[in-house]
Amino acid sequence: MAEAMRQINPDVVAAYPITPATEVVQIFAGYVADGLVKTEFVPVESEHSAMSACIGSAAAGGRTMTGTSSQGLALMAEMLYIAAGLRLPIVMADVNRALSSPINIHCDHSDTMMVKESGWIQIFSENCQEAYDNMLQAIRIAEKAKLPVMVTTDGFIISHGMERLEILSDADAKAFVGEYKPEYYLLNFEKPITVGALDLTDYYFEHKRQQIEAIKDSKQIILDVAGEFGAKFGREYGLFEKYKMDGAEIVIVAMGSTAGTAKVVVDGLRSKGVKAGLVKPRIFRPFPKEELAESLKGMKAIAVMDRSDSMNAQEGPLALEIKAALYDAPAGSCRTVLSYIYGLGGREIKLEDIELVYNDLSEASKGKAKPKVSYLGVRE
Amino acid sequence: MSIQNREKKPGWKELPEGDLIIGGGTASGFKTGDWRSKRPIFLKDKCIHCLTCWVYCPDSAIIVQDGKVIGYDYDHCKGCGICYHECPVKGKAIRMISEKEAKAKNTVIAKAEGPKQP
Repeated sequence: MAEAMRQINPDVVAAYPITPATEVVQIFAGYVADGLVKTEFVPVESEHSAMSACIGSAAAGGRTMTGTSSQGLALMAEMLYIAAGLRLPIVMADVNRALSSPINIHCDHSDTMMVKESGWIQIFSENCQEAYDNMLQAIRIAEKAKLPVMVTTDGFIISHGMERLEILSDADAKAFVGEYKPEYYLLNFEKPITVGALDLTDYYFEHKRQQIEAIKDSKQIILDVAGEFGAKFGREYGLFEKYKMDGAEIVIVAMGSTAGTAKVVVDGLRSKGVKAGLVKPRIFRPFPKEELAESLKGMKAIAVMDRSDSMNAQEGPLALEIKAALYDAPAGSCRTVLSYIYGLGGREIKLEDIELVYNDLSEASKGKAKPKVSYLGVRE
Repeated sequence: MSIQNREKKPGWKELPEGDLIIGGGTASGFKTGDWRSKRPIFLKDKCIHCLTCWVYCPDSAIIVQDGKVIGYDYDHCKGCGICYHECPVKGKAIRMISEKEAKAKNTVIAKAEGPKQP
């Protein structure tokens, strides 16, 4: 992700370290010190200040980026809403880490889920390649949609793992992200503006309605940017990925690195003749409801794996949204949806665990009653 | 956004995006003068034009022309009384009267040309 940032060469990066996101910005700071980028690097005293500084920079007209995790994301939460409300195209590397308490530095999706209502576009990466590609696409998405984007990646699993990836040449990356040309910005003295004014009861709703329309429109922008990326560089992206879904009857829906593990399980099951498939949502916000429901058409049983719990005494956040998608889908959609909460606080999710899920799905598809919510991997 | 257009307010499609307000100096369009509960009256004959009141006024509501104080911008004066408090003249060159009284008496105070509106 730092490499992508180097190629993007943003105007400003304001950030505060937190494990496991530190390296992204730390390595980038090294590039700044070595003169490889022309970025104005602002070391701030907290994540709240980091996002505040980013908002200031973006409002002034600078291409702005940052990175954080977990508690840092939580600390800047109020500013995230502000960045989205002010329609500033900030791009953040969000390295998924569990929220305290208990204090835990390992991977789970609770941090990203906490801020899913903030108005930021949320992109989930399965591996290093996706993290890199998503950072580049995020710049284009953010600037076209006029909405901030967080590119997430699994803490430690991906952020601190060794993987091979293909990067673009500096020239290609630079040409792809292009130049930032905001219509209104504070440093434009020809067209002065006021940013961050007060709205009373008579205007707030209208401004929010604009923001709602913007996040709805961003879905097409995401597809357009992905299409351009795929055409130019050969790696295809969409709203989600369908893995061996042709003729599948039992399917897991999972985001992030777990999807990668699940693919191995699917391969194994398919070779044994089991009609298993995988749907890996890439874009969580905006939630591609209709498209996901369409991809799950004809399934006999669906398992949704959530790497966080909503604490709603029900199922996980992704499971909830998938169920809603199926509820609103045409009649005859699969109604057997099992929620699996797994991997909290970095609890390892193994091939055997995923095989267990497919076993449950197999039984469920034959009519056997299965618990609506299961906690995969916890010691009872 | 000016608060003068109370009848027909713009819909969400008409507003600039990102709750931006386009244009500079827009605060002068917002008349805060009706917040007053006390009104300062300029006593021209006692004024020594030291401009202390003008320096201290938090709303830039004291009008100065050619280095001399000529009156108040009552559209924006909030009646805080800092000018009265800071006036160094013995007996003060400013008198604070209640806004109710001022309105009742329909006191007309010479209002010189205000700052340029955008």
